[in-house]
Amino acid sequence: MVVDQTPAMEVEDLTVAYSDQPVLWDIDLTVPAGDKMAIVGPNGAGKSTLIKAAMGLVPSVAGEVRVFGRRFAKGNGEIAYVPQRSSLEWDFPTDVLDVVTMGTYGGLGWFRRPGNAERDRARAALEEVTMAAFEHRPIAQLSGGQQQRVLLARALVQEAPILMLDEPFQGVDAPTERAIVAVLDRLSDEGKTVIVVHHDLQTVPEYFDSVLLLNVRAIESGSVADVFTEDNLRLTFGGRVGVLAQLAATVSEG
Amino acid sequence: MTPELEILAIAIVTAVAASLPGTYLVLRRTAMVSDAISHAILPGIVVAFFFTRDLTSPLLLLAAALTGVLTVVLIEALISSRLVPEDASIGIVFPALFSIGVILISRGASDVHLDTDAVLLGELAFAPFHRLTVGGVDLGPAALWSMGAILVVNLALILLAWKELKLATVDAGLAALLGFQPLMIHYGLMTMVSVTAVGAFDAVGSILVVALMIAPPATAYLLAERLGLVIGLSAVVAAAGAVLGWAGALALDVSIAGAIATASGLLFAVAFLLAPRRGLVAQARRRSGQRLDFAVRMLLVHLLHHEDMPEAAEECREEGLHRHLGWREAWTRRVIGKAESRALIARRGELVLPTEAGRHLADDAVIGFSG
Repeated sequence: MVVDQTPAMEVEDLTVAYSDQPVLWDIDLTVPAGDKMAIVGPNGAGKSTLIKAAMGLVPSVAGEVRVFGRRFAKGNGEIAYVPQRSSLEWDFPTDVLDVVTMGTYGGLGWFRRPGNAERDRARAALEEVTMAAFEHRPIAQLSGGQQQRVLLARALVQEAPILMLDEPFQGVDAPTERAIVAVLDRLSDEGKTVIVVHHDLQTVPEYFDSVLLLNVRAIESGSVADVFTEDNLRLTFGGRVGVLAQLAATVSEG
Repeated sequence: MTPELEILAIAIVTAVAASLPGTYLVLRRTAMVSDAISHAILPGIVVAFFFTRDLTSPLLLLAAALTGVLTVVLIEALISSRLVPEDASIGIVFPALFSIGVILISRGASDVHLDTDAVLLGELAFAPFHRLTVGGVDLGPAALWSMGAILVVNLALILLAWKELKLATVDAGLAALLGFQPLMIHYGLMTMVSVTAVGAFDAVGSILVVALMIAPPATAYLLAERLGLVIGLSAVVAAAGAVLGWAGALALDVSIAGAIATASGLLFAVAFLLAPRRGLVAQARRRSGQRLDFAVRMLLVHLLHHEDMPEAAEECREEGLHRHLGWREAWTRRVIGKAESRALIARRGELVLPTEAGRHLADDAVIGFSG
């Protein structure tokens, strides 16, 4: 853990609205460098919108996002992003290696084509997510878990200090989930900052150091041990107290 | 060159030029935008024509390109209002612009070639009459030069922005994050579609240009799995459609543009049926193959299940198998034949028994389902 350093990301008074309907209300959040943070909350809480707004992919109506102390600008290579699987055009006629190589485009800039160096980096990333054997496979022929690994490999190739993932465990098989967790652990050990929109409350204590509980407003954020409590979960999710109480009990034991 | 050959050359160049931006429209699932643009550029052309009184003026290209981009802006403004769905937005914007063009023509340009028939259908047969002459030297049909220039520019732009177009099509979000401004790429592509549409418009009209933009790429998409191949094949299919259509039109004495669009449609239909992996026939064969494979597995599991049981004599008798499995007799015979040809079963007298290989397959099948 790195202490006394500029936070990887600071979100201040961020509000996002679709017409006059706020989907995120005045979010404040500090993510220390090297943190592994889960963003959890009910459906419609604005989890995906928060990370997209942080990257400037959806416009905000108020507030500011600073990355390593500076206003974030697209194209500066500080954030790598694993979007929800459905946001990719999987019917596009190309292969796995080509899609992973797209992670290197930011470093190339306009009009320069990727060469062998870029493709080698893409191959190394495919190796890490155990997809090396699939490099020539058309992307239209991948299973859900394979798609998710390809997206992760593409983000690894960006070699950014911050990695944001949107529901990476949604609908993937168990080996893929373990592979993703292993990669996130490795990145975190290297001091990279990892922020994950996560839907499975059960695995929050096991996978993450800290958590943001979000429901349009930021209910609470901090280390899992401090923040992932029954009261906070009830504030975030409303109802379903039984399940939540059980979860919180597991957390306090662990 | 004879006028017939000049027409053929114009047709090929126009079809290939249109297929280039068309490939990206098909891949981006915005094929109908080409329909919208090719119609909506009409008022731009008419207004520019009123100023220049010259159908071959480059100002017409510029005006049409601007109107094309305006069309896309209007469509997207309607979509982002969230009051109108995407298809309806297209359906509202382009007839509005197109009808303005039609009214302008009927008010002020009815005395020239710019009549509504020519606008809708074009007239390839007249294209050789408009010559490009420099210093009294005849350099050939003007349409060949203008479409040739558009073809070269389209190709150059696609090669230049190869990775940007690909990235913005596959994942616009990542394109934005990496600083590649997908919106700008989008409007760049739409400008290319507009300019190509207006160039092709004089030759083939505003309806058939859609066929040229969409049918060849849609055909190539069924045949190839790499972008470069899709684009290359799409150009080949476009040229083939032009040649076939031209020959058909000469033979049958019908509209050349109409024959080319028809030929392109026929080529698509052939690919739709016969494409090696994605065609209907290949898919049907794959499905029936999978059904047969699955039936072989069910048969093996059944045989294995009853193999050493007292009822084996009854359950594994070839005669009664179709009753136990609830299958038609002919289908059962086919499944047994398939399993036998793959040495998964062997006969012993009246009985059918799994071989060692069949046993493995049945084990795998059961494990596969329970795990």
